Amino acid sequence: MTSRLPRTKGGFNFDNHVRNTMMEGKGLCLPKATKTGTTIVGLIYKDGLVLGADTRATAGPIVADKNCEKIHYLAPNMYCCGAGTAADTEMTTALISSQLELHRLSTGRQARVVTAMTLLKQMLFKYQGHIGAALILGGVDLNGPHLYTIYPHGSTDKLPYVTMGSGSLAAMSVFESRFKADMEREEAITLVKDAIEAGIFNDLGSGSNVDVVVISKDNVEVLRNYAKPNERGIKEASYKYPRGATQVLKTSIRDLVDIKETVQATTTEAMDIS
Amino acid sequence: MAGLKAGEVNLGTSIMAVQFDGGVIIGADSRTTTGSYIANRVTDKLTEVHDTIYCCRSGSAADTQAVADIVHYYLQMYTVQNGKPTVPLAASLFQEMCYQNKDNLMAGIIVAGWDKDNGGSVWNIPLGGSLHRQPFAIGGSGSTYIYGYCDANYKDGMNQEQCIEFVKNSLALAMDRDGSSGGVIRLAVITEKGVQRLFIPGDKLPVHWQG
Repeated sequence: MTSRLPRTKGGFNFDNHVRNTMMEGKGLCLPKATKTGTTIVGLIYKDGLVLGADTRATAGPIVADKNCEKIHYLAPNMYCCGAGTAADTEMTTALISSQLELHRLSTGRQARVVTAMTLLKQMLFKYQGHIGAALILGGVDLNGPHLYTIYPHGSTDKLPYVTMGSGSLAAMSVFESRFKADMEREEAITLVKDAIEAGIFNDLGSGSNVDVVVISKDNVEVLRNYAKPNERGIKEASYKYPRGATQVLKTSIRDLVDIKETVQATTTEAMDIS
Repeated sequence: MAGLKAGEVNLGTSIMAVQFDGGVIIGADSRTTTGSYIANRVTDKLTEVHDTIYCCRSGSAADTQAVADIVHYYLQMYTVQNGKPTVPLAASLFQEMCYQNKDNLMAGIIVAGWDKDNGGSVWNIPLGGSLHRQPFAIGGSGSTYIYGYCDANYKDGMNQEQCIEFVKNSLALAMDRDGSSGGVIRLAVITEKGVQRLFIPGDKLPVHWQG
């Protein structure tokens, strides 16, 4: 300790607390994390399950990413849609994915969906809701297809069709009116697409494209940008001004002036030292 | 006792358990809410913690699931070392969890089931983490509407069928008056023989005065 200042006795320093409350009182806003005001859905059909998500990420009123990926890989037989704080959904799914890989390697078996669900819920419960990850977990294992919703506080539900995120109400109204048990693959994908589009068109927090993942007994299809209902239209005419549309009033062309500088050495006379 | 945190999933619930000679009947509505949105309309709030020991959950969905999962694990370990647990043992485990963590939990739990020593028994663990053995117990936000009905209609020595009707009617009345309760009624009959699950759809509920 080289400081010459008198040393404090230790303990916490609350100077910043006073400063922060003062600044907050004057209307300071702390930076906000990127949230995925989202529509995510999942449903079980005859031979497996279909997951769906929109692709808009927002930071307050700004669209932070117009084509982000919200369906995360968890294991070869499991995928997980994430809503809420983008960083939290990304990191939790990545962490659990890694734990599942190690679990698979040590047991020599394909991991079960309940295992992933339990790992996720126990982690989220431990953090008492501070990890803002709202998830739809879907996968197929030896016991068939399983679909769960997992809330940030660590509660889970097991259902044949689910929706989450800010667009969940719009998407659920599509499911509640059109869901049937044991649908065919094509019918199931169309229903998921329509539910996500209901979110994209009716919820401000959701937008852009539809991502779909289909998981069946021994096949996984990742259909990135399955539907693009918001493609930029092609302009019917060119709105460029043709060359010469602006009248030339005056033309003045100036020559560049070449400035030359030379340095000349001067010979000094020798000092008279006689 | 902790209140519900922002955005937390709530089991604003009607739950019930009744003891009879030979076992217990447990019942619950099926509504889980996040604010004013119904997150699940067919929830199963009757959770198995051992072969013939169940709990009815009310309060925070996350908290009650976590507690039930831990007690389920304890009872599995107990079974490996000592054989089948009793219902009061399971109830004590729940009470210990609920009392020691009362500052961080929002969990009202009814433990009920059958065991060799006690037959059917019902144990109520309200928010503070106390433990009460009762011939019947009601819980959750909907229960406040039916205390009078239950006190007036409970009779000692009711048989299985009479108990089922008592639970069905009580829960239907609670679900009619409590906005946080509703959906279907789930019941379970727990006896020496095992567990029989019953399901009453929302359009087949007992009908009372509708105004």
